[in-house]
Amino acid sequence: MATFWFQILPVVAFLILGFSIGTIVERAHFRRLARREAALSYMLLTDTKSIPQGCVPQPCGLVVGDVVIASDYFKTFVAGIRKIIGGELRTYETLLERARREAIVRMMESARAMGSNRVVNVRLSTSTVGSSQRRRRAAMVEIYAYGTAICVPDDPSR
Amino acid sequence: MIVVNTELIPGYTIHEVKGLVQGNTIRAKHVGRDLMAGLKNVVGGELRGYTELLIEARRQALERMLAQAEQLGANAVVNVRFTTSAVTQGAAELYAYGTAVVAEQEN
Repeated sequence: MATFWFQILPVVAFLILGFSIGTIVERAHFRRLARREAALSYMLLTDTKSIPQGCVPQPCGLVVGDVVIASDYFKTFVAGIRKIIGGELRTYETLLERARREAIVRMMESARAMGSNRVVNVRLSTSTVGSSQRRRRAAMVEIYAYGTAICVPDDPSR
Repeated sequence: MIVVNTELIPGYTIHEVKGLVQGNTIRAKHVGRDLMAGLKNVVGGELRGYTELLIEARRQALERMLAQAEQLGANAVVNVRFTTSAVTQGAAELYAYGTAVVAEQEN
């Protein structure tokens, strides 16, 4: 009986820890993202290749944004259960949304540092960073955003 | 060296195409970082160690690509693409490729 509790206790502790800290971290991250996105709202992103007319040649170059994000114990646990019955894994959806927005914001911030107000031909790639742990695999995802930063002077929003 | 992932460079005309250039690097994470990532799997959040590792690795792939472009006598690389693939457990290949060109600023 004692061994049973010794086995179940760390799991419960990790679940509580993962849920409480994970939720706090996630909420804080979403708030931070909203603030940074608001500051960058003048910047226009497109995933088309065409370069708009009248853009100035000087600030022009590749800008990138990269983020590796891990799920918490609670999210992994819920997703693990969900995988049995199938369907939508909501806990991972918010995780990837955070990561993608973070990567895009980082890309936009480096575009702003270059003095440009548009990023064209934005590409996003997702890859899993494999965990070498043999136990339950937690999701570790890398989101990589890249594009070409340009400056369009007669942009009405600027 | 101008690096863009569009087919054209704003304000420049492409005079000569030098061909495909590429750069790659394969990186493995070290045990310490793996341990930290294991801890991070409890509380979640960004894995800064991995982010830095991948940024650094991509920069190297890009630099190798640019070195190749320079050797060909190009002054710009257009249509740059990145790919990532897992080679073995715990190691990833980062690959950058693009077209080396000679571009000149328009008047």
